[in-house]
Amino acid sequence: MLRALTISAVAAAAAIGVAFAAGEGGHVEDYPFSFDSPVGGYDMGAVQRGYQVYAEVCASCHAVEHLAYRHLGEEGGPFAAYIVRNHETGEEEMVVHKPEHGGRFVDVTDNPYVRAIAQAAIIGDIDPNTGQPVDRPGRISDKFRRPFPNEIAARASNAGAYPPDLSVIVPARHGGADYVRAFLLGFTGEEDGTLFINTAFPGGRTAMAPQLMEGRVAYADADTPQTAEQYATDVATFLQWAADPHMEQRKKTGIVVLAFLAVLAGLLYLAYKQVWRGESH
Amino acid sequence: MSGPSTYEPKSGFTRWLDKRLPILRLSHDSFVAYPTPRNLNYWWTFGSMLSLCLVVQIVSGVVLAMHYIPHIDFAFDSVQRIKRDVPYGWLIQPMHAVGASMFFLAVYVHMFRGLYYGSYKAPREVLWILGCLIYALMVVTAFLGYSLPWGQMSFWAATVITNILGALPFVGESIQVWIRGGGAIDQATLNRFYSLHYLLPFVIAGVVALHIWALHEVGQNNPTGVEVKSKADTVPFTPHATIKDLFATSLFVILFAVFMFYMPDALGHADNYIRANPLQTPPEIVPEWYLLPFYAVLRAFDFNIGPIDSKLAGVIGMFASIGVLFVLPWLDTSKVRSMRYRPIAQQCFVIFVAVCIGLGYCGGQNPGKILVPTTFSATLNWVEGGQIEQRAIAADSAGAFDDAADAAIASLPEGAALPAISRTGETIGVVRGVVGGAPQVLELSAATVDELEAKITEAKAGATAAPYFQVTRTTPFAFTVTRLSQILTAYYFLFFLVILPVLGLIETPRRVPDTIAKPVTGQAQGAS
Amino acid sequence: MADDRDPNKRDFIFIAAGAVAAVGAGATAWPFIDQMNPAADTRALSTTEVDLTAIEIGQQIKVMWQGKPVFVRHRTANEIAAAQRDDYASLKDPQKDAERIAQDDGQPGRAEWLILQANCTHLGCVPTFVQGSSFGGWFCPCHGSDYDTSGRIRRGPAPANLPPAPYVFLTDTSVRIG
Repeated sequence: MLRALTISAVAAAAAIGVAFAAGEGGHVEDYPFSFDSPVGGYDMGAVQRGYQVYAEVCASCHAVEHLAYRHLGEEGGPFAAYIVRNHETGEEEMVVHKPEHGGRFVDVTDNPYVRAIAQAAIIGDIDPNTGQPVDRPGRISDKFRRPFPNEIAARASNAGAYPPDLSVIVPARHGGADYVRAFLLGFTGEEDGTLFINTAFPGGRTAMAPQLMEGRVAYADADTPQTAEQYATDVATFLQWAADPHMEQRKKTGIVVLAFLAVLAGLLYLAYKQVWRGESH
Repeated sequence: MSGPSTYEPKSGFTRWLDKRLPILRLSHDSFVAYPTPRNLNYWWTFGSMLSLCLVVQIVSGVVLAMHYIPHIDFAFDSVQRIKRDVPYGWLIQPMHAVGASMFFLAVYVHMFRGLYYGSYKAPREVLWILGCLIYALMVVTAFLGYSLPWGQMSFWAATVITNILGALPFVGESIQVWIRGGGAIDQATLNRFYSLHYLLPFVIAGVVALHIWALHEVGQNNPTGVEVKSKADTVPFTPHATIKDLFATSLFVILFAVFMFYMPDALGHADNYIRANPLQTPPEIVPEWYLLPFYAVLRAFDFNIGPIDSKLAGVIGMFASIGVLFVLPWLDTSKVRSMRYRPIAQQCFVIFVAVCIGLGYCGGQNPGKILVPTTFSATLNWVEGGQIEQRAIAADSAGAFDDAADAAIASLPEGAALPAISRTGETIGVVRGVVGGAPQVLELSAATVDELEAKITEAKAGATAAPYFQVTRTTPFAFTVTRLSQILTAYYFLFFLVILPVLGLIETPRRVPDTIAKPVTGQAQGAS
Repeated sequence: MADDRDPNKRDFIFIAAGAVAAVGAGATAWPFIDQMNPAADTRALSTTEVDLTAIEIGQQIKVMWQGKPVFVRHRTANEIAAAQRDDYASLKDPQKDAERIAQDDGQPGRAEWLILQANCTHLGCVPTFVQGSSFGGWFCPCHGSDYDTSGRIRRGPAPANLPPAPYVFLTDTSVRIG
């Protein structure tokens, strides 16, 4: 009897899950991101390009307050550097993609890419000698430069609308990275007063103007198309990484843990059978 | 069940210790030699899982408290810092968040098991009540903990739940302000919620000790509901029950790990990734899944009951749905303990479980959502062309208005269509009618109210030559989530307050098989 | 527990299950221990820059570097002379003044600038610079350790010299610590 009950309970729970998944809102296309599957990691090329799109387009209005420059170069970050030995020349050289074999992680304080990104940023600080506000080059330990000092300033510069912080925007939206991508591509080109029609946005009208036009960001890699779709996919990937930088590590640990637990459960089952052998129950 | 102790200290040190602090004797008698019914099934393994859950929550919680900052300006950031920068914070934070859900999953199975096998019946009333107390403490602790990340859902859940207390008559408002430490959820609230969230798990641990003590005093129930009568019916707790519990727990941990590593956010709500904003309520406020059934009960009361308004009724209903568990031992009148031998009760129990799941579904939905397709219809009358004729209504008193209006309608020209009264004061108004033109009728229907109104607006826009329209809307019975919640809530209370008390008196139980009944020779069992 | 099977096989299962469980418990414990180590943001607070123009001869300032105080002292000619003279004195923790002022990148330092981590090597108090003290340098008020004008321990319970802070000159008038 209880077995039948369990099955019906599971079925009911599944039905509830489906009901929850079918939320309201605009049209969101399900894009096959590399990180969708339980074992899928980040496409680091896309995260790097997405960072470029963020820095050149989004960053003029949107902060990523939980990200520091050093995060870009920590293990699992898009600009993590490794020392590898070149097989032909025998020289040691630095690469930004995690090599297949070996490779020595370069501590983020010595990562030239991240240092350059940080130093190019202008960070507001207090002069230690005069106590007055001062601008200085960024350090890797600095949080990303914020486009506005506070929410009031942000609203004042954006006709009353507040550009939300993007560091956890992906988990903060139903649909996650799919939604972010669909939103960026959802503009129809129509306007309604000061608002813009967007097919993905709940309610259909957003205060943000369409941003990702073909060719707006110049990718260093000539093979990557410089289209709105590519920009949106890349920046959605970057924002997914920004919200969950330890995802790859978590998934990899999960495989080890589950494999371990499977072995342990098997052994415990055998031990259980052994203990109860010959006992009526 | 605590017979004479069988503990024999083996070494000099344990003999020395046993005379001074017989803690090893206690452990041996409680967790090694303790006689366990040999016919326990896997539903009895959830107690061990719950112990594990409590340990996981306390250990991970103490660790998180080392990094969390209970301040309204830094709480949200500190949680992000834990997930990003603290060594293994990305592992420990989801462990705690998912752990809460796993804790409730296990406790619900544990409670349904107790319900089905009659584990609350004499002599286990105190054991059951202590369990209910643990559950109530868990609910409070989970609620307090959910507010700590200081996201939108944290803040608004805290606001809504403290408002619930405000519904209590006379003292409600004072209690609400007292709990919040101010007029609204703010720094004072966050600080005390943090303090209490740290304290309560240790209170739970204390009540768990009492729960286990009570269990070991009366002994475990078993699937037959027939008390074990001899040593032959039992096996020692260790290794027999220990190894079975460990195996079942390892499967539970696998489920735990799947959520923790692959779906850490699946059981949470997206809005809690948005920093708390007292100026803006999220579009929907829902509690965590494990509290959804009670939320559905709260919202099911959309009507006043005599002097009790709907808000207070909902609050009473919600508290009563937990409170009724405490008195369950005295509500069930059946002399047969296990529902395995109670065919009708068994079916009522299955419906009860479905009802609880159904309430959970309702709690997560918009209360106005229509579950059964319904047709809303309206009749639109108007006159194409034609002239408006008007007559003033002037009655002597407010009571005489209707008569005066009828008289005014009668005074309209012969054949005037669509007479309409607009009352502009106590005794005065205007009657209008349309003379001439071509009368038109249009029947409209739609699946939702909004759709119907859109169609009406559209039809009106199409008939520009009409001076005015008369719309007759029919309001059908709409089977909404609230209606379903009301039916399910009714069954929930019916099950405890009517079915169990009455069924126990009238139901004819199945016969307990002889092989089980035998050890209890001479005992007049209700089941035999 | 009656068992008609091979007792070795029976024991193997129990030992294997116990061993695997023990490994799991150990592996689980590590994250809970490691979480108390410095977090990534703490480790990254690596550098502090100091403008030297405002520090007069014979003065010192204290700056914070990685949450700890650091002395930046503009030494007088007398202090420099005393420090170099005592290079060959009887020292508890022998070290030459030139080594103590060397920059982090291996370049020699400048004798007038002494940059030291300010916590006493005994139990961590911050010593005060006392003109005319026994060795002309710092004195720790907590337990009476005496340091000379190079920050070397000369008397008292402290076991070692005040450790130099890693620094480099960015310009003639500014240094970066860390």
